[in-house]
Amino acid sequence: MSALAIRDVWKRYGALPVLKGIDLDIDSGEFAILVGPSGCGKSTLLNIIAGLDTASQGNIEIGSRPMNGVAAKDRNIAMVFQSYALYPSMTVRQNMTFGMECRRVPKHQQIEAVGRVAKLLQIEALLDRKPSQLSGGQRQRVAMGRALVRDPLLFLFDEPLSNLDAKLRVEMRMEIKRLHQRLGSTIVYVTHDQIEAMTLATRIAVMNQGEIQQFADPDTVYNRPANLFVARFMGAPPMNTLPARIVAEDSRLFAAVGDGGVRLPLPETKNTGAYVDRDVVLGIRPECIAEYNRRFEDGSTLLEAPVEMTEPTGAETIVLLRLGGHEVLGRVAPDIKLKSGEHARFALDTRRICLFDLATEQLIT
Amino acid sequence: MPSRVTLSRVAIHATLIAFAAFFLVPLVVVALNSLRSTEDIAHGGVIGLPHELMWSNFSGTWSGYCIAQHCDGIQPYFWNSMRMVIPATIISTLLGALNGYSLSLWRFRGDTIVFGIMTLGVFLPEQMRLVPWVIVLRDLNLFNTISGLVLIHIVQGLSFTTLFCRNYYVSVPQDLLKAARIDGAGYFRIFWRIVLPLSPPILIVTVIWQFTGIWNEYLYGVTFSSGEHQPITAALIALSARLSDAPQYGEQSAAVLLAAAPTLLVYLFGGRYFLRGLTAGAVK
Repeated sequence: MSALAIRDVWKRYGALPVLKGIDLDIDSGEFAILVGPSGCGKSTLLNIIAGLDTASQGNIEIGSRPMNGVAAKDRNIAMVFQSYALYPSMTVRQNMTFGMECRRVPKHQQIEAVGRVAKLLQIEALLDRKPSQLSGGQRQRVAMGRALVRDPLLFLFDEPLSNLDAKLRVEMRMEIKRLHQRLGSTIVYVTHDQIEAMTLATRIAVMNQGEIQQFADPDTVYNRPANLFVARFMGAPPMNTLPARIVAEDSRLFAAVGDGGVRLPLPETKNTGAYVDRDVVLGIRPECIAEYNRRFEDGSTLLEAPVEMTEPTGAETIVLLRLGGHEVLGRVAPDIKLKSGEHARFALDTRRICLFDLATEQLIT
Repeated sequence: MPSRVTLSRVAIHATLIAFAAFFLVPLVVVALNSLRSTEDIAHGGVIGLPHELMWSNFSGTWSGYCIAQHCDGIQPYFWNSMRMVIPATIISTLLGALNGYSLSLWRFRGDTIVFGIMTLGVFLPEQMRLVPWVIVLRDLNLFNTISGLVLIHIVQGLSFTTLFCRNYYVSVPQDLLKAARIDGAGYFRIFWRIVLPLSPPILIVTVIWQFTGIWNEYLYGVTFSSGEHQPITAALIALSARLSDAPQYGEQSAAVLLAAAPTLLVYLFGGRYFLRGLTAGAVK
């Protein structure tokens, strides 16, 4: 069942469009993440879903009910904000009951709901404190608690973890995921952090300049990015993209990278043949460039390349090397000690190479 | 590090003390004279220490002195002022808070123009508004009434109270309102339950501002009221006009101090909040 349907939604400020015909269908129980750089329109879209902002054109349906002209409070949604937006003059308990009070939920039900959610989020000890007496992580929990007491059709999260420090962010991320698995609720979650998107989502909508670039499960978004923007936005470090030319040899296809000194065998896809002797953009993930003795399935392609710089992170070492005259990043095992300036051998996983049309920047399928 | 007594430091302090004393002279003279008898002042001049403390000056001006054929002292005019200043302060502050809340947190098309026009009132001279008020009070049949003065001060005060409150509420995060709207709270519930509890610093500022401004106001009081309906500022002039025949500086000084007491008290108790509140909107 579709929990949320967005149909051709436009938002214009004067003549300036910030959303350009958004179409999305989000199923019940799904954890959908809207991700994109700042200014891509993701928060505007979330506000339109919530009824806090109005679309210039297009329709929103929540639980198959059209939302045109329906006020935020009547949409059966709950929202968690980046700033937490806890009411400063109220205690945690009052923050949680305020919504129920507005909707005239009977007192005993309010008490029951607060008790249930406080236990779930382990905030029972905080119920009588004011928001100013809470730490960042505790505020975050309370903000989620305020959303959870409602049991809505749709949860909206607006960059809920952005104000937390790195360690706490990872903890809360896991907690949100556990909560979703446990409650099975439908969530629309906005973030600019692609790691959050990858780790939490059942499906990711990558947005840029008011348009959905790709809406797919994390695996597809990561391994088969729909276009160059998605390829470069998702992943840290992002996908290497470099100019290449498709050549055919002995009925097999190769990509001649950069000045042509490097030839990589290409995976066979439906439309690659049409690009023979044409220039394309070749995309290869850093983890597909590894130390020489790594064994990728179907055999790896070995090549020698000059090392420009290394960045050891502990778990692995990021290597900046030159491929056909272009700088690319690889990820090698930490025990391989490479020196800047020397030549080293690398194993490439060429099955996962992505090719993009030079003009349209779309993935060649 | 012990502070060193240098020549420049002594000079600075001496200058400051001299200025402070200079500014305090009128208050000291009035305070001393309020405790001196008429004969004492007549013989010793207006500047001098009291020979004996004439506390009766205060009781006399408060309830016994004759002003314009009424011998009830300044007491009735004092209560006139109170009946004017209290409702005018409360209503103009609350309306200003509502205005500020609407203008800063419920943005609408043309809100900056509305705000601009409202705050224009801050810059209009009082005298310019006399004639329009004559017409309004005449048509509403409120001439020479306390209610008429209350109306004037509420309307005139809105420019300031709206300006203060709007600038304060601008720093209230929009997300709070969004959260409250999703929770199902409307315009007034959000104001009452969320915004008003955040407001004491700015409300104290506007209350002090309005109270002192309205209490000390003279022009409207003297123009739109007469006889027993006058506020104390207008009555004081009547008192001094009568006293000018035979100057009784003792009672006159006591009257001045009594008339100034409420605003001085308000400032003494609220001054801390006043200075704090004026800058509250500036820092987040």
